[in-house]
Amino acid sequence: MSAVSSEPNRDYAALSRGDRVRTTIYSDPDLFETEMEKIFGRTWVWVAHTSEVPEKGSFKRSWVGTQPVIVSRDRKGELHVLVNRCRHRAATVCEHDSGRTSSFQCPYHGWGYALDGSLRGVPYSEGYGEGFDKSQFGLRRLKVATYAGMIFASFNEAVEPLEDFLGHARVWIDLFMKQGGGFPVKAAGEHRFSFPGNWKIQLENTTDAYHFPVVHKPFLQSLDAQTEEMFSFLGEDDGFVQDLGNGHSVMVMMPELIDLDADEGWQIPARFSALADQLRERYDEEQVRRIVKAVGGVGFNLNLFPNAACSLSFFRILRPVSATETHIRHIALGMEGGPPEANQMRLRLHEHFQGPMGFGSPDDAEVWERVQRGTAGGPDLDILVNRGEGLEKQGLHGLPRGDVSAETGMRAAYAMWERMMAQ
Amino acid sequence: MTGAEVMERPIEGDISLREAEEFIWREADILDRADYEAWLALWAPEGRYVIPLKPEATDFENTLNIVYDDAQMRRMRVERLSGGFAISATPAARTIRLASRFVTMEAGPGLIAVRSAMHLTEDKFDRQRVFVANVEHRLVRRDGALMIRDKVVRMINADGVLTSISYLF
Ligand code: FES
Ligand SMILES: [Fe+2]
Repeated sequence: MSAVSSEPNRDYAALSRGDRVRTTIYSDPDLFETEMEKIFGRTWVWVAHTSEVPEKGSFKRSWVGTQPVIVSRDRKGELHVLVNRCRHRAATVCEHDSGRTSSFQCPYHGWGYALDGSLRGVPYSEGYGEGFDKSQFGLRRLKVATYAGMIFASFNEAVEPLEDFLGHARVWIDLFMKQGGGFPVKAAGEHRFSFPGNWKIQLENTTDAYHFPVVHKPFLQSLDAQTEEMFSFLGEDDGFVQDLGNGHSVMVMMPELIDLDADEGWQIPARFSALADQLRERYDEEQVRRIVKAVGGVGFNLNLFPNAACSLSFFRILRPVSATETHIRHIALGMEGGPPEANQMRLRLHEHFQGPMGFGSPDDAEVWERVQRGTAGGPDLDILVNRGEGLEKQGLHGLPRGDVSAETGMRAAYAMWERMMAQ
Repeated sequence: MTGAEVMERPIEGDISLREAEEFIWREADILDRADYEAWLALWAPEGRYVIPLKPEATDFENTLNIVYDDAQMRRMRVERLSGGFAISATPAARTIRLASRFVTMEAGPGLIAVRSAMHLTEDKFDRQRVFVANVEHRLVRRDGALMIRDKVVRMINADGVLTSISYLF
């Protein structure tokens, strides 16, 4: 990506001031272009889970910011993230969502690329002079790194190591993956939907517990009393939101479900008792408890700046499309090789809340749209993310920690946004 | 989801395609009027209402769906849509659906399976959205009346990028 900003002298600090942001950051197309360059063009962006490209020759389409990419696994099993654009005249070389292949063939003039993006074949190559060097015209390749099965890519050759960027979020990622219940976590299908609004509206939502009892009242009402009680985490004082640095944050709603391997004092909830009985036919009690506890997912939402969230029992991935359009993927997670009845239960739980017709997602999508519609009014008014300010304690790593409904996570994200936009 | 279970029940006579068409039109009208209690009454209790995530999916149980509802989930869904608390259904989008191109997939004693094309237009927030689907109805006759044993809605873009949907197909 080019390093030159269209607006080099813009004062981004004036757009985000810690506890409030200017309304224009949801709608300004120039600002959006700058974000694509300075944020999505420079940092690590989540592109796929390793289970989506499980074997040699597997590929999966994805995006880094607005740019289409292909995540592929070559014949040695190595991962690559390639810009989905032929180097000749720019045609996309792949229009399948995922699959297996031995190469990518451009449909226009037939240039052929290997799984690692290198240019292999050029039809009628004698039409190019001696100076034509195939090694210069491979698919553009991004930097790739994985952590706990999550594949990240970056356009920035000088980007800091992924482990450093994830920093304090890593321990939470490790905890999140315990929902495999001893089996590897795998992507088990995804819902996709769009909403006509800015990507940061969704980014804010992952650690917004304040909206839960309001927006998700119909979801709460559809639960049994015990589960409803579990989801009524507002007003109790053991939940919290923790700034994790680098724009990442975690919102802990059910502290008793932070570590799924910790079994002490945990009782199998009524909604899982039939599942537990089924599992007892094949597993010992300790394993049954571990699997059943994992089925419900973890008790927290982890926000990874700028586009990924590990949320209860699924990945939520956002893709900015324009200043006023965003696509969302809700990826269900299953236990690879795990008991089918446990995986079925996970799918049913996912369907219950997520997706275009879930009991939760449509209401989220619509309030996000309402935010975008509302910002057409009062352009001089600010968006407030000041809830919990002055009430925060110093949490882990000396970073702020607010109560569960505090807007600490949003302030963490906007602080990073400001830092990246000012670079 | 085969007809086997249904076939074991007492045979009550055949169902014509015409009768099935009229039933499906009536259902469409009920849904456009958002008369969800009337819609619930159309169902055989053991019926499944499925909107798969892949247009050609068959193993609904072991794959992710958009909707996979038994009687209890259907009831809960109706409560969500009519309770007045679901933001996305308050106000609700208006819908008009067209059902056409009816094809018999399977017919037997007291049973007919019909595939039809559905075109639905939604109006909300000064914009209109369109959904298109193949809809499979498996209808059975119980105590003289037709009932929905299973309904599978295969949206043409089921695995694409959808929008939030706060009504029923
Ligand atoms: S555009 Fe790809 S070969 Fe010409
Ligand atoms: Fe929400």
